[in-house]
Amino acid sequence: MSTSGIDLDGHHEETAQPALFANRLKVYPKAVKGPVRRIKWALLVVMLGIYYILPWVRWDRGPGRPDQALLLDMEGRRGYFFNLEIWPDEIYYLAGLLILAAVLLFLVTSLYGRLWCGYACPQTVWTDLFMWVERLIEGDRAERIRNDKAKLTVRKAGRKIAKHMVWLVIAALTGGAWIMYFRDAPTVTVELLTGSASGMAYSMFALFTVTTYVLAGWAREQVCTYMCPWPRFQAAMLDDQTVTVTYQGWRGETRGKYRKGESFEGRGDCVDCAQCVQVCPTGIDIRDGIQLECINCGLCVDACDNVMEKLHRPKSLITWDTFANQAALGRGETPKPMKLIRPRTMIYTGLIVVLGAVMLAQLLTRTRVDTTLIRDRAPLFVTLSDGSIRNGYTLKITNRRVEPASFAVMVDGPEGLKATVHLADGQELPADDVEVRGDGVGSLRMFVSMPRAIIPEEQTPLHVTVRNQTTGEEAHVDTMFVAPPSGADRTQRSNSVAPVQMP
Amino acid sequence: MPTKIEKDTATGRMTTGHEWDGIKELNTPLPKWWLYVFYISIAFSAVWVLLFPGIPLGTTYFKGLLGYSTRVEHVENLAAVEAGRADVLAKIRATDVADILKDPATATYAVAGGRVAFAENCAACHGAGGAGQSGYPALGDDSWLWGGDIHTIRQTLMHGIRSVTDPDTRMSEMPAFGQILDREQITTLTSYVLSLSGAATPAAAVMEQGQTLFADNCAACHGDNGQGNREFGAPSLADQLWLYGGTEAEVAGQITQPRHGVMPNWGGRLDEATINMLAVYVHSLGGGE
Repeated sequence: MSTSGIDLDGHHEETAQPALFANRLKVYPKAVKGPVRRIKWALLVVMLGIYYILPWVRWDRGPGRPDQALLLDMEGRRGYFFNLEIWPDEIYYLAGLLILAAVLLFLVTSLYGRLWCGYACPQTVWTDLFMWVERLIEGDRAERIRNDKAKLTVRKAGRKIAKHMVWLVIAALTGGAWIMYFRDAPTVTVELLTGSASGMAYSMFALFTVTTYVLAGWAREQVCTYMCPWPRFQAAMLDDQTVTVTYQGWRGETRGKYRKGESFEGRGDCVDCAQCVQVCPTGIDIRDGIQLECINCGLCVDACDNVMEKLHRPKSLITWDTFANQAALGRGETPKPMKLIRPRTMIYTGLIVVLGAVMLAQLLTRTRVDTTLIRDRAPLFVTLSDGSIRNGYTLKITNRRVEPASFAVMVDGPEGLKATVHLADGQELPADDVEVRGDGVGSLRMFVSMPRAIIPEEQTPLHVTVRNQTTGEEAHVDTMFVAPPSGADRTQRSNSVAPVQMP
Repeated sequence: MPTKIEKDTATGRMTTGHEWDGIKELNTPLPKWWLYVFYISIAFSAVWVLLFPGIPLGTTYFKGLLGYSTRVEHVENLAAVEAGRADVLAKIRATDVADILKDPATATYAVAGGRVAFAENCAACHGAGGAGQSGYPALGDDSWLWGGDIHTIRQTLMHGIRSVTDPDTRMSEMPAFGQILDREQITTLTSYVLSLSGAATPAAAVMEQGQTLFADNCAACHGDNGQGNREFGAPSLADQLWLYGGTEAEVAGQITQPRHGVMPNWGGRLDEATINMLAVYVHSLGGGE
């Protein structure tokens, strides 16, 4: 594995005793044309388009509800994803989605290398955009190197300032769009522009503007090589059947300078033009093999193909291929098609299928009612004047629907038990008509009493069902009914609490 | 310390001298910006120390240029909470307790406030959550010596029971029948009283005698059938609840030499808003009428 200590001509730096800290070797990526570049441009437009436009997509949810298709409403503590509404305690959907995305990333990486890094990672996409701006204002690689070495002139300063201004505008748009995922987009735009947004909105706006500017404008490949954890363990996803950007060493070597008209007999196809190095956004030499810094973007493929075309040599001296095929080709054997079915791809696919199925099943069967039941611990039970035993519970019914609804509370237990539902102040409600406001939690008291004669044991399991009377959705919860020890004489100190072991 | 530092042949770099499974670690320098971030962190902490308190100076401490203090902030927060509560407490103080129950939002607040006040003032005798204990009535059951509607509960809270410091307190005394009846009569009466609440019926002769004794001595306060009388706080003898225990010995003891529980009057000791909240809370425990 190579390190970043490579100068621009692709030669290794010779240092006797390395310093503790190294200056950055600035990378000046050269513009390149070709099919890979076109795909990258197309993906860049699509992904940035989604990012900037998505918050503006409206979604009618009725009066008094946010009409933004995708909104993480922190103040209201709701997540809105089109038709889906997520409550804070349903955050596992988000966690599940992230796990799914991670396994998907593992699968894609094991099949096709770091496609995420090269094409879809925000760091790559924004850096690409910033480089495009840089190229428009300051020119291509050679001109930028010259410009940076030249003395400061008005023209040089003007171009630098213009570049940074455009970068800052893009960064501000990026930071602004981020806020829109958390607040209503049109409202927060007006607020940000008129100075009436919250301090939180401004600090988040500033944070994402600054990080975009610094990371995409200044840090660039250093984010990938020093800050990002992914390159450190992505090698664990790769095997010899993984398709990665590869230099066909068996064909390219022995490399050497090429003069027009010379024969390619007895030498490699690589003419050591260093085009692959000059276009690389992370500044590496792909001919050194797969390495930590390589983000598999394939711009070197375009660059090399262009050169091969001019030389009338076959393309694909740098190409996507598996390690196994390259080894086979090197030995002069016929390469086999890539093996898609491998233990690791099967495990990842299996995980994705299982996880996806679990999440989908969970989503399709989820109800908009939830309930919790907390048994009173003091007192554990109360003896009533007729000798029956009563337990108290705090019952919470969560109505996740927008409409207020009437709920029925049903308690399953021994025949003869009596359950009543009360408001917090003690007022009794009909157990089949417990009103809970829409988008809210009803906090209630529940009393269950049983005559001493029918209590089967000291701790009797109860099953409580809460049903939305309109939609029929149900939530279930299990609890206990606690009674004094059965051996106790019922005339004895029944007013006081006998010690009962809780489970 | 690495023992053998050598040059890596492939890269020409120095190694750290560490080797795992034949792989030698290159001595790669950290990027310069890393160093700068470190310097910035130091500068940041220096500014922070200047802005916020943290440096001890003998008996005092450096207050920080911003004059910020978590204690001051805490006091301000408490004041803000008090101010926020003032409205609802004033309302609870001024409203008739029965009307508090009719207003769900205020009632919920009162129940929460009452729960805290109960734990501080009442739980020592009446038990956590009004569980009660021998000699101290449970407040969550359906039996009330003096009545369980919200106004009666508030009255009891305000003036207490047999509280010598309050002229309006609830007062009742059961005579010590040990000086009126002989031992045999008390035994008979005990059997009779226990039978009222469902214990085994004694022999017919005992039953008859007990009935007569009860009618002569007890019925005036406890009612003809031992159903109790809230006017005097006389407990029902026909239910399953016994304030001082329901064994023969305990019942006989209570007839011979009755104990009389005392509850302090809380009016004057507690703010009226707190009394009202306590009344609402006790009423909500499950026995409120």
